[in-house]
Amino acid sequence: MRASRVLSHTLLAAVALAFLYPLIFAVATALKPPGETFGSPTALVGSELRWRNFADVFDYVPFERYIGNGVLVSGVGTLVVLAASALSAYAFAALRWRGRDGLFLVFLATMMVPQEVLVVPMFLLMQAFGWVDSYQALIFPWAFTAFGAFLLRQFFKSVPGELREAARLDGAGELRIFLRVMLPLARPALGVLAVFSFIGYWNSFLWPLIMINDVNARGTVPLGLQLFFGQNGNQWHLVMAASVISVLPTLLLLVALQKHLVKGIATAGLAGR
Amino acid sequence: MKPRTTEQWSALGFVTPSVLGLGLFTLFPVGAAVVMSFFAWPMLGTREFVGLENFRYLLGEDPDFLTALRNTFVFTGLYVPLNLLLALGLAFWINRSRWARLWRVLFFVPAITPMVANAVIWKLLFQAVGGEPNLLADGRTALLAVVAMSVWQGFGYNMIVFSAAVNEMSPSVLEAASLDGATGLRRLVSVQLPLISPALFFAATMTMINALQVFTQPYILTAGGPGNATETLVMNVYQAGFESRDLGLAAAGAWLLFAIILVVTAVQFLGQKRWVHYES
Repeated sequence: MRASRVLSHTLLAAVALAFLYPLIFAVATALKPPGETFGSPTALVGSELRWRNFADVFDYVPFERYIGNGVLVSGVGTLVVLAASALSAYAFAALRWRGRDGLFLVFLATMMVPQEVLVVPMFLLMQAFGWVDSYQALIFPWAFTAFGAFLLRQFFKSVPGELREAARLDGAGELRIFLRVMLPLARPALGVLAVFSFIGYWNSFLWPLIMINDVNARGTVPLGLQLFFGQNGNQWHLVMAASVISVLPTLLLLVALQKHLVKGIATAGLAGR
Repeated sequence: MKPRTTEQWSALGFVTPSVLGLGLFTLFPVGAAVVMSFFAWPMLGTREFVGLENFRYLLGEDPDFLTALRNTFVFTGLYVPLNLLLALGLAFWINRSRWARLWRVLFFVPAITPMVANAVIWKLLFQAVGGEPNLLADGRTALLAVVAMSVWQGFGYNMIVFSAAVNEMSPSVLEAASLDGATGLRRLVSVQLPLISPALFFAATMTMINALQVFTQPYILTAGGPGNATETLVMNVYQAGFESRDLGLAAAGAWLLFAIILVVTAVQFLGQKRWVHYES
């Protein structure tokens, strides 16, 4: 019994290693001196570990700018997503009003629409607003999601109505109940929504590709990496260093918030029950 | 019961930001896309109503659209089953391990890192592993290479979904099954899989919707090539709109893709009665 468990773990470790090989290859290549990268792929380590490659990337393109843009767009976008979702979710979950169920159905229907249908007219809308090459264009079009409202509504519905009734009898208005009673209770659900929104903005590629012409001024990390790859595709050590730099922030986020992320995905997946 | 008037007004206040946002950034563009698909609508210059001409061109004359449609279906047909099988197999496997949490996070890594970075890494990996031409540069294998990279990137998400579902399988049902002598494959097929069928259904539906919209992987790995061997529907829409600058054609292509997604999803929902078991 014990032998089979050891075997199973050894096999699993081997599978995991094979699975991680592309990332190991990326880090190894990023540390090789130029000129040694086309050597045999089995030789993971070059004649020296050249950490300078990471600094060199920043000499070629303003990667710090891409990261800053990414943090700004993803951070502000996530805040807008949280605010709009929580407000409407409260109305759908806790208040009684005419048109509620019909409007909620419309919200749900918007979740079906794929991004590609929206981008063409959205591009014209952004032109009309004068928002081409702007942060606003990256933030607002995707900040009003029915998904967020849906997720938080499920959570708010699980809060006992007596809690709100008690606050009402104490003379609290709806806004006060929302801010003081419901939001603090919803912290775990808000956290899950925040992480997913942030990552969604951070990794988004198609829309920034359409909207941003001046990548060095307004580009986010995927856009910057793509530009860098297009210009320096034959400098493997630098391309891999840039890729590793692009991967790191999300990796740190995963390590720091793994419990919430795993729980959030599991919850979404089991929501069908 | 008649709602109180004050409640009606405060509800209006609470939903207004989302209603305005969704109206302006979702409902309006959806409607505009319908209108645009009936126009010859160049990015610069005058637009002209052309009826169904854009659709006729895409389905009849466009040298690339039908190929992109075929490629997208082949990609989806390979990617979805491979992704689900791998995710399911590993979910059962790691759940018996003491380090299940570690494995879960580890296999999830590429699902959270930027797709562009993953694709760039794999592009160089394919070149390093070599072959002349390498897998990406050979028209017969390029699409398979894109599928391989995508499965590697994406299955970790479903693995977490399945892993949670396997954890939640009701112990009493499992015990009853083992008392009835169900073991091994029979236990898996007739007891365990039906128990997690809602999660399977959710994952299959979402994965298929995402697969039909594949863009970034082929865009970075092959730019649709060699020739148009890996061009997908979303790439076709992107090229029509933002490289050929024909917005009407792009809108029409996007609507065809939407229609396909709706049909496929509807078929899945209709079919779920036959294999998905919800606990009552």
